Amino acid sequence: MERPAWAPPGIDISVPSVSRIYDYYLGGSHNFEVDREAARRAMQFMPGLPKIMQANRAFMRRAVNFAVSEGITQFLDIGSGIPTFGNVHEVALRATPQARVVYVDHDPVAVAHSQAVLQGNDNAGIVGADLRKPVEILNSPETVRILDLERPVVLLLVAVLHFLEDSDDPKRAVTELRDALAPGSLLVLTHASYEGIPVPKEQAGGAVGVYEDIRNPLVMRSREEIQQFFDGFTMIEPGLVSMPDWRPDTPAAQEDPYAFSGFAGVGRKG
Amino acid sequence: MTPSQAAGSAAADPDGLEDRLRRFATIWSRAIFPVTATSLTRPEFEQHLLPLARQLSDALHTRPFDTAPAHRVGAALVGAHCTDPDALSRTLGVIDAYLVLYCGTDQEPAEDSRARCARLQHALAAGYAQALRERTLTEQEAIARSALAARSDAMDALHATETRFRAVFEGAAIGIGIADLEGNVLEVNDTLTRMFGGLEHHVRGRKVNEWAHPEDQPQTWGLYDELVRGEREHYRVEKPFYRNDGTVLWTNLTVSLLRDPEGRPQYQLALMEDTTERRLLNLRLRYEATHDALTGLPNRTLFFERLEKALAAGEGARFGLCYLDLDGFKAINDSLGHSAGDRLLVEIADRLQSCATAAGEMVARLGGDEFVALTTGPDTQREVGDLAARILAVLAAPVMLDGREISVRGSIGIVEGPAGERTSAEVLRSADITMYRAKSAGGNRFELADPEADARAITRHGLTTALPAALERGEFFIEYQPLVHLCDGSVHGAEALVRWCHPQHGVLGPDRFIPLAEHTGLIVPLGRWVLQEAVRQARFWHEEAALGGTARPLRINVNLSPTQLHHPGLVADTVDVLERSGLEPGALCLEVTESALIGADEDLLKPLRQLAEMGVDIALDDFGTGYSNLANLRRLPVSVLKLDRSFTQGMQQHPADPVDIKIVEGIVSLAHSLELAVTVEGVETGAQAEQLRELGCDTAQGWYYARPGPPDRLHALSLLDAV
Repeated sequence: MERPAWAPPGIDISVPSVSRIYDYYLGGSHNFEVDREAARRAMQFMPGLPKIMQANRAFMRRAVNFAVSEGITQFLDIGSGIPTFGNVHEVALRATPQARVVYVDHDPVAVAHSQAVLQGNDNAGIVGADLRKPVEILNSPETVRILDLERPVVLLLVAVLHFLEDSDDPKRAVTELRDALAPGSLLVLTHASYEGIPVPKEQAGGAVGVYEDIRNPLVMRSREEIQQFFDGFTMIEPGLVSMPDWRPDTPAAQEDPYAFSGFAGVGRKG
Repeated sequence: MTPSQAAGSAAADPDGLEDRLRRFATIWSRAIFPVTATSLTRPEFEQHLLPLARQLSDALHTRPFDTAPAHRVGAALVGAHCTDPDALSRTLGVIDAYLVLYCGTDQEPAEDSRARCARLQHALAAGYAQALRERTLTEQEAIARSALAARSDAMDALHATETRFRAVFEGAAIGIGIADLEGNVLEVNDTLTRMFGGLEHHVRGRKVNEWAHPEDQPQTWGLYDELVRGEREHYRVEKPFYRNDGTVLWTNLTVSLLRDPEGRPQYQLALMEDTTERRLLNLRLRYEATHDALTGLPNRTLFFERLEKALAAGEGARFGLCYLDLDGFKAINDSLGHSAGDRLLVEIADRLQSCATAAGEMVARLGGDEFVALTTGPDTQREVGDLAARILAVLAAPVMLDGREISVRGSIGIVEGPAGERTSAEVLRSADITMYRAKSAGGNRFELADPEADARAITRHGLTTALPAALERGEFFIEYQPLVHLCDGSVHGAEALVRWCHPQHGVLGPDRFIPLAEHTGLIVPLGRWVLQEAVRQARFWHEEAALGGTARPLRINVNLSPTQLHHPGLVADTVDVLERSGLEPGALCLEVTESALIGADEDLLKPLRQLAEMGVDIALDDFGTGYSNLANLRRLPVSVLKLDRSFTQGMQQHPADPVDIKIVEGIVSLAHSLELAVTVEGVETGAQAEQLRELGCDTAQGWYYARPGPPDRLHALSLLDAV
């Protein structure tokens, strides 16, 4: 029997969570042994994994600053994970006091943690919802309270779309979100790919297998496939590139080789 | 970041402390940036390390020597997300190699500087370790708290879900039950318990397969076995159950297999919809569709089903059918009202029911006052006669209605024969014809069907349905029977008599079809046509008489049926016909039967009175056959009495019946005193004619003078008369 739509997902901290693994990669302690164990296994294949996460963080920071410089101060960050440091609202608030941020994650622990972190912050909120159901995100009370969808919004899909399998129809989810956004809105996206990884594909495949084992399959997509998520958006220079190559503050050549794994880009809705 | 006061001036000196500090920070940053998780850029990070480098430098020189700043720097590294222990070892390496080199002074002994540098490293390591430990504990506590909160939220949500599930389960309008695969009932909702009669223990704790019922569909338990074996996900059947009081519960049952997360069959879920009422309703609808609402007897539908079954029975089977029509029921209905008529039918139905109690016997009402009794079996030849006799016997006792005793009689047509030879329609037609023979023979009797009589007979039904087309196709024609002055034998006029030239049955008299036309209402157009034709003919005679110089123009008599009499267009139609033809109203006589005027009120008489005032004669036909209220005659707008032929039959022989003579004499005397003319019908002999002339009758008609015939024959008669 299929679980009814209104039945809550279970909480089982004996199962590794990608948000907590991410936190571990970033040197945090918001994680449990199962998470660390999975992260260590993945790092046996790709020791530089944390550098990829760091590059994601750095790219997001630059993209947020870019958006603010373009006058957009509303942010919808889907797949926000465990909030540690350098989060969207920290970066955005440093850039402008008007910043308003809605975080979205489907991991109940990440949601609970975000609630604790964001407590008392009127301009930021967390929605427990799934990227596969954009309507639930857009109609949630937090989204409605914090964001004005009549005005441009920055939609952040940073390191999240690669957790949606093709059967989840990630393209449709992005399209639905795009259609709900006002013209001028930005899509900020990073996505895992075998392209740019500084180890042989077979070796990287070992790390991908770890995610499969923890029932959070990591879907590696080609640059071409990733580019399709930007349908209906005009790419901001320099287009879809490696993370360090997107409007770098410092010479990209100094970056760790792992930081060049996958792709990042920003597009503007016409 | 607050640069020290000295920074600005010292920066100018390329070899000054500030510059050296900056170079130290750059080295430090290069060493640890790759192992940090910071989201700062390299220049930002270097900028971030610079004040920390300054604190270390200051600590190296400050007197008295204090390691606390190094302790704080260690903690600050953790604060800058340098939580990878490599960051500490690399930091210690950089301090060990470069702090004294870049930040030392010549004033202090090198050994002192190195010793201090070592102690600063110890303090920094301790500060780092302590901060990292605190941060780790804090974050572990935070994430644990979040996990706990999430789990508690999930529990609440799960509880809410279960509450909702429970509400759905308990509040459902359908019965829900869950059993294990062995068939042990584990849980049932209230609805299901109520469906079974309200006792929970009757349902819970039982085994599913104890619920077999003799009326289970054959596949029911096969489907069940497949489901519990995991070979079928669900099935749906109509299934009866015994309630705890022994009554039957009918359900639409849907059973689904519930599997565990690994897909192994675990439970069976039954959803039951109580269809008992619906079944009863269907049975009742079936009963209503097959039974007569008034009497409760089986109706035409059910009768035909049974008859067809009887006719389809195999070798040796026979059937017997009694077709009963009550005699004179219409008169009872008309005089006592429909409500009384209905009660009479109910009483008759009860009596008929009591006649057919044996197996294979049934009584049905076909409609109106028509009933049928059917008997089947091998011995119907004897039984059907007994059945008919029993029916006539139960009809013999009068029926009490509103304190009155009503005598009921019936005519029965019997058809009996072997199964398999005739269709039900043929059997019923034969029975109908035979019943009419019984009725024609005087009623209150039964007749046996006779194939030859059937062949000759024309069913009322056939004629009734053919009537409208017959009028359209011009199958009707009129014959005229002369009316003769008794005083001198001259032709006074003629009565128009309608005939039907039926394509199959030849010429039919009005008694065969006028009652049918009355019944269907076709009498109105037919009567209008007769009036038109007769008046047109009379007008023709008038013109001929004028041309030929005949002394008296011929009058025309036309019959009016009771329905025509009640028809609102009577006066207007008559006036219209007269005006169109140009015939004077005085040349027309409308004949109305005495029975049609019994109890007539002023509303009914009004059109007749209007016609009479115009000059149209009104004749009271069949006078003396009905309930003749002689006193009432004064009130009626009639000018002619037509004596029924029964009065004149006694005068055919010689000498004439003295009583008849006295009666006719009295009537004539009465009529004349009321200024009414008297016409006699059925005059067949000269003696009769002479007798009636002596009694003072005015005009006569009958075979003695002429049979009804075509209009030209009458004309010839009239000319003869004039000669």
